[in-house]
Amino acid sequence: MSATILIWSVTIAHVLLAVAMVCQAIRFIRGPRAQDRVVAFDAFYISSMLLLLTFGIRTGTTLYFEAALVISLIGFVSTVALAKFLMRGEVIE
Amino acid sequence: MTHLADLPAWAQLLASFFILVGAVVTLIGAVGLLTLRSFYDRIHVPTLGSTWGAGGILLASIIIFSVLQSRPVLHEVLIAIFVTVTMPVVLMLLGRAALYRDRTEGVETVPPMEAVSGLPENAANEADGQ
Repeated sequence: MSATILIWSVTIAHVLLAVAMVCQAIRFIRGPRAQDRVVAFDAFYISSMLLLLTFGIRTGTTLYFEAALVISLIGFVSTVALAKFLMRGEVIE
Repeated sequence: MTHLADLPAWAQLLASFFILVGAVVTLIGAVGLLTLRSFYDRIHVPTLGSTWGAGGILLASIIIFSVLQSRPVLHEVLIAIFVTVTMPVVLMLLGRAALYRDRTEGVETVPPMEAVSGLPENAANEADGQ
């Protein structure tokens, strides 16, 4: 059986995740305050990680999973640093 | 994309379902991020992408690669655990930071410090170093 259903659903997932990233980018640009931008950034890196995972399903290589893991790790650290900066005005005390 | 043609039909249907669920839930979260009014409403919506959004796509990936390589492929579980563990930490830190900023600027919509201080007062004194 050809993989028509799976290929189409992966393509639809690409489009949906790209639209989600556009929505989060609009919120990131619009603001209005710094914490809104940080929340938008947080959702944005999750969506980009999911987009990379669907690329990995489509191509069948495991290279994308390491990239997704690194994105989730660095995204967590950077969001914590940004939240700490919003709270205290400095990252490392 | 020829590797996907080797999958049996049940794995294709199951994986398609989980991929679509994950993408749709993530999109719902993103639309909510765009349309909700206040920051304290919007802080809830990244959890959609980090729970069922990530969960659905990672489940589909586990199904596809386990069936293709005919052995359990579980390194997606690492991403799932990491994302679901770190997201509450991040959102709690962000919420506290935003509340602190709103209170110091005297925004009317957040509850003032006195309304929350049903806590015992010696907790504040201990924090002062007594």
